[in-house]
Amino acid sequence: MKATVHVFLKTGVLDVQGKAVENALHGLGWNGVADVRVGRVIEFELASADEPAARAEVEAMCQRLLANPVIEGYRVRMG
Amino acid sequence: MKAAVVVFPGSNCDRDCKVAIERSTGAAVTMVWHQETALPDGLDLIVLPGGFSYGDYLRAGAMAALSPVVAAVRAAAKRGVPVAGVCNGFQILCEAGMLPGALLRNAALKYVCKPVVLELTNLQTRFTAAFGDKREARMMIGNGEGAYFADEATLDRLEGEGQVVFRYRDNPNGSVRAIAGIVSGEGNVLGLMPHPDRAFEDDLGSADGALLFQSVMASA
Repeated sequence: MKATVHVFLKTGVLDVQGKAVENALHGLGWNGVADVRVGRVIEFELASADEPAARAEVEAMCQRLLANPVIEGYRVRMG
Repeated sequence: MKAAVVVFPGSNCDRDCKVAIERSTGAAVTMVWHQETALPDGLDLIVLPGGFSYGDYLRAGAMAALSPVVAAVRAAAKRGVPVAGVCNGFQILCEAGMLPGALLRNAALKYVCKPVVLELTNLQTRFTAAFGDKREARMMIGNGEGAYFADEATLDRLEGEGQVVFRYRDNPNGSVRAIAGIVSGEGNVLGLMPHPDRAFEDDLGSADGALLFQSVMASA
């Protein structure tokens, strides 16, 4: 089963990369752009057919390694 | 007096730390590879040096925090052995959960490499006792992800408990409350972004870093 994990800095943590990209987009004329966040996508295959169990495992991976819960939040997509 | 410097793949200040400790304290320094599961006996100080362990993959310090040697460092810290993480070492200690908070990308998105003036906010720690009545120290920084971050409740607790040890006079990287270095609640684990190992002799622009190593050895 395929797992996709999106990791972003939490709201309240200044995302300086997002800010820089936002300013650059404004510079190119896209003035309607706001709240740009730059994150990371991690994809992998998981040897499990049971989706709820696999999701719980991926959540544990996020807590232990894939995200740093002090500064980052994450979203998990299965399949 | 004995000290150990841990060497991760990508560490680049490991030798600087060894020379700095030897010259400022006369201690015998052992280099310990990150795959080791045990540390030498009778250590008075363990240093996690600066650099780019594991190429900063995933997050700075995240991979190194899972190294076998870090389990041994954690156990030694629990027994009260002083542990100092400098720069990448600070990032590793945060990722390992041995210190609260995390280090973020610098506010200006730039790698900052320059001398900085630090205010000593707690002179009672085993890492600062030898500073005497000095209120300021000069050390070098060199980091791209050096902006200290923790939530407000954690910051209030750190300040209330005297765990903030070094503060930047002119915040170079957007660290919250200008924090440059903190100690654990037990007081024997220090993390700091500035490099005492680049400031241990006057010829290097400052000898203040030597006082940090001398403090630890005097407390041994």
